Amino acid sequence: MNPSIIVFPASNCDRDAAMALEQATGKKPTMVWHGDASLPDTDFIVLPGGFSYGDYLRSGAMAAKSPIMRDVIEKAKAGTPVIGICNGFQTLCETGLLPGALLRNAGLNFVCRTVTLRVDNSQSMFTSGFEKGQCVSFPVAHHDGNYFADDATLDRLEGDGRIALRYVDNPNGSARDIAGVLNDAGNVLGMMPHPERMISALLGGIDGAAFFKGIVEAAA
Amino acid sequence: MKAKITITLKSGVLDPQGKAIEGALSGLGFEGASNVRQGKVIELKLDETDETAARAKAEEMCKKLLANPVMENYAIEVLA
Repeated sequence: MNPSIIVFPASNCDRDAAMALEQATGKKPTMVWHGDASLPDTDFIVLPGGFSYGDYLRSGAMAAKSPIMRDVIEKAKAGTPVIGICNGFQTLCETGLLPGALLRNAGLNFVCRTVTLRVDNSQSMFTSGFEKGQCVSFPVAHHDGNYFADDATLDRLEGDGRIALRYVDNPNGSARDIAGVLNDAGNVLGMMPHPERMISALLGGIDGAAFFKGIVEAAA
Repeated sequence: MKAKITITLKSGVLDPQGKAIEGALSGLGFEGASNVRQGKVIELKLDETDETAARAKAEEMCKKLLANPVMENYAIEVLA
């Protein structure tokens, strides 16, 4: 696998994502600056966590209009797998690649703790390393993680099995406990929790290592 | 021309900041204030001299960047 990680101004999980992918693939991923016009040859794109553009206007709104995003959107529509983690999820929603939006947390607090997630769809390339119904632990660290979409959209996501991950104990008020959603084609995943922060026992757990290993195996 | 764009959360979209403000108003003794909703105002200057053209441009800006139609409504005022 030949992953690329997009680096926006104020991304802060880009290097964590790089370490997680290097651990899973055995080689360093390519870091791509947001101002570049096009991606290098790549078969997996990561939009990392952070506070791109200081969360100005809306979280992810400015990043979604970055020059590189034209190529990211084009490649996503052509089938290249794209994962957006935390701020990357917000950015994917702002591009329209994923439905819905991430609102301010219902409790107003920045939530920073490890949460338990249930894998609702283990058929996607992102979650195939897990069993359906399996629970995993990843940290969350966000202020705007309250997933919102209208009821018709939520029903469609449920019906099509596009809710990849749900919170067991909802930390932010997300509709239907949604922690991660897939696009219609299944090649784009947005999720608020941070698997890249759980890749070693030293960091508190290895569920994230299993997550990235599953992706690499599914892509092979 | 100037444009003033008011962006508000759609009705039905939870506004925890509005709720917190409402609680603070009540704490200050302001009675009878309810349905507090927080939004934002964006002001900008446009080179257009025609009001219709200015409004069309502001509308395009709202659709492409300034507002997120999933959760927000916007209202445009064009001022001379």
